Amino acid sequence: MKDISSAIQLIPLENYVFLSVALFSIGMMGVLFRRNTIAILMCLELMFNSVNLLLTAFSAYHSDPAGQVFVFFIMIVAAAEVAVGLSIIVMMKRNVDSVDINLLNRLKW
Amino acid sequence: MVFLFYMLSAIMIICALLVVFSKNPINNVIYLILCFLAMAGHYILLNAQFLAVVHVIVYTGAIMVLFLFVIMLLNLNKAIILRKSTVTRVSAVITGGIFFLVLLAATRQTFEIHAKYPFASDFGLVSGIGKVLFNEFLLPFEMSSILFISAMVGAMMFGKKDV
Amino acid sequence: MVALISSIAWLVPAFPLLGFLITGLAKNRLKNNQAGIIASTLVSFSFITALFLFFSLRSSGQDSVTVTLFNWISAGDLNIPFAFLIDHLSITMMLIVTGVGALIHIYSIGYMHDDERVSSFFAQMNLFTFSMLLLVMGANYLILFIGWEGVGFCSYLLIGFWFKNPAFNYAARKAFVMNRIGDLGFILGIILVFFTFKSVSFTEIFSQAGALQAGAPMITLITILLLVGAVGKSAQIPLYTWLPDAMAGPTPVSALIHAATMVTAGIYMIARSSILYNLAPITLNIMIGLGLATAIFAAVIGLRQNDIKKVLAYSTVSQLGYMFLALGLGAYSSAVFHLTTHAFFKALLFLGAGSIIHAMGGEQDIRKMGGLRKKMPITYLTFLAATLAISGIPPFSGFFSKDLILTKAFENNPLLYILALGGALITCFYMFRLLYLVFFGSQRLSSAHPHESPRVMTIPLIILSVLSVFGGFLNIPELFGGKSDLGEFLHSAITSKVTEELSSSTEIGLIISSLALLGLIILMAYRTYVKRAVLPAADSESLSLFGKVVANKFYIDEVYTLLLEKPFGFLSDFFFNTIEKAVLDPAVDGIGTATSRLGNLVRKLQAGNMSFYLFAMVGGILLFIIFILIV
Repeated sequence: MKDISSAIQLIPLENYVFLSVALFSIGMMGVLFRRNTIAILMCLELMFNSVNLLLTAFSAYHSDPAGQVFVFFIMIVAAAEVAVGLSIIVMMKRNVDSVDINLLNRLKW
Repeated sequence: MVFLFYMLSAIMIICALLVVFSKNPINNVIYLILCFLAMAGHYILLNAQFLAVVHVIVYTGAIMVLFLFVIMLLNLNKAIILRKSTVTRVSAVITGGIFFLVLLAATRQTFEIHAKYPFASDFGLVSGIGKVLFNEFLLPFEMSSILFISAMVGAMMFGKKDV
Repeated sequence: MVALISSIAWLVPAFPLLGFLITGLAKNRLKNNQAGIIASTLVSFSFITALFLFFSLRSSGQDSVTVTLFNWISAGDLNIPFAFLIDHLSITMMLIVTGVGALIHIYSIGYMHDDERVSSFFAQMNLFTFSMLLLVMGANYLILFIGWEGVGFCSYLLIGFWFKNPAFNYAARKAFVMNRIGDLGFILGIILVFFTFKSVSFTEIFSQAGALQAGAPMITLITILLLVGAVGKSAQIPLYTWLPDAMAGPTPVSALIHAATMVTAGIYMIARSSILYNLAPITLNIMIGLGLATAIFAAVIGLRQNDIKKVLAYSTVSQLGYMFLALGLGAYSSAVFHLTTHAFFKALLFLGAGSIIHAMGGEQDIRKMGGLRKKMPITYLTFLAATLAISGIPPFSGFFSKDLILTKAFENNPLLYILALGGALITCFYMFRLLYLVFFGSQRLSSAHPHESPRVMTIPLIILSVLSVFGGFLNIPELFGGKSDLGEFLHSAITSKVTEELSSSTEIGLIISSLALLGLIILMAYRTYVKRAVLPAADSESLSLFGKVVANKFYIDEVYTLLLEKPFGFLSDFFFNTIEKAVLDPAVDGIGTATSRLGNLVRKLQAGNMSFYLFAMVGGILLFIIFILIV
């Protein structure tokens, strides 16, 4: 255990920032890129997790457990979000027989 | 250990890219699971063992299985060709790239990152998190149960056929 | 006593306001005479309160009491409280307005009993009384102005009360517009007053005015602008034409406008500002000219009018001219005295005319009346009293007030006296012509069945006739052993010019000669219209040139039409047909089409395409971050 905690001193915090920024951008790109609603939801999860990673990194580097508690809460919200989101997709499939996001064009009304 | 960090990061980024670019939804889910497992490795590196375990259980064990389940249920596993137009896809990639650069620039410009040494070693464990969670964050923790109930009711409402 | 006065002064205008609210808001629930009874009772209460105030003020030993109700406008230098000034002048006016007003209200119960909008009528009458009370009680020019405008507005409503007749509507509009011209001068005057004295409150202005030099250009300008307002309101040349047309309203309205309220507002305002006017000899001379010209001019027009109300209207204009003459001579209290007696006998004349019109079934042409003396004895006697009063026969009230003005004119310049006396003789002639044509001879309209009016109408007539007969004793001059009570009473509020007194022998000589002339005139009228029974020419008959000009009121309305209305109409036409069509319409249309075209373009962005929305959102976030980074 001591081994691991001393190990992270070798890695600068900036690296975690870059990593999560990269993951967030990939998730964002995916949201714009895909047409399949389920894939878009997955990309959202990716963005969530990049934020989680950053929070955990800051928490560790600042020796503040509150950051990890926030990650925990974000997981709770993500779980709820996924449950609702997937049920919306199921309903969408049932109604328009597709999961194509371009079919959701009723927002203009 | 530094090597471990870079390897996990490489796995994560490659898997994330594959999530975006591979066509089959099943494959998407698999890559996402891989990505999340690598993330759990990062958590362990950051001395957040509790989070690592919860992450594996909640994301990989519950959420991704739910995704798989829905994909199977809706019979989406055969690769349906749902692609946006080339222009849109190219612009999406460009937008993502610009976004990455801008965020990087923002993080570099706006603050300097100072780490606090030495690290406290025990707060990432169950007991450390638990003490904080049930003292300072007791109310939000209890409130989250309400969130879950409402999410559950909402999901069931959407799932019903005749509403 | 002073505390008592300040605590009940607000009741005087509050009663008519209450009456207006009750009769106005509940007009659909009030039946028959209820509205009239409520309105009359409240105005009578107001009169009683004013009487009470009068006696309190006398016993308090103070000249004036300022009652501040609340702080109304407070902005920087400008500090205007909503205050009433109770002094000898305003209390006199209050008594006239509420007293004569109450009698007219009571009379209206009988006169208007079968009108379908009787509740509205009384609501508007009450509002009129309220505005007039505000006007005379206000402690500064701004409150006076509220009342001033309120009176103008109510006169518009009441003149156009029978608005289904387009001609009446036109008359109402004319009154309103004419008043507006005067009001413009008045507003400018108030602004200049504030500019000069840094206050609009009477007491402050008048205490500061003493320091000013007489004949200063600023004070002359102020007084002339205020005079323009008074000319509009009090119907002097050149803004008098609305008053004869105001006869379109119901007769009690004419009585209210002509006797107790409205037209007296200008006289009151100038009398109130007497200190300022004393400093402006040029304005006073203008007023003498205007007043004298109006008095004679209107009297000449009155000679040829055949509508009973029109005759009375021109006589009002003429009498107002006398009041202006008195004001111009610096004899402000004489003007107020004439205003008081005029309020009595002119109200009486109008109400009597209303009684006649009522009896004749709406007929207003004096050529079709005649022989009413036997049928309507009360109306006849009261009308006779009023006619004697307006002609200036002693000891009726008009004699004292008119004689006072004539004496003042003589003190100033004998020529003025002769002209004014000429006007008075003409007045006497056309009033007796009216009297003889209406009440003597034989009935000329066979279809009418004249009858005496109900008691609710005759009792106000009797009260007013008593006032007309004895009203002059309020101010018996020293010549007849009196003490000029009213003049002395008003002395604290009005600063009249001190002039040389005439010797009593000259004065007596003047009175006797004028009386002889009056007697001659009455005899002449009697010979013409009773003995020889001459009827005024019918409209179709051709007249001599002068007669034609007079009968058509010197074509003043036509001249105004030619000089003002036509060019203005032409200008409006030009703006409407050319400017509007060539410039304004295309501009407005252009804005419309440009907007809708732009909308058509932008509409495509809102296609409901989710992925486009996502792009837009990300783009927005990006721009936002970049903006923060750069700035």
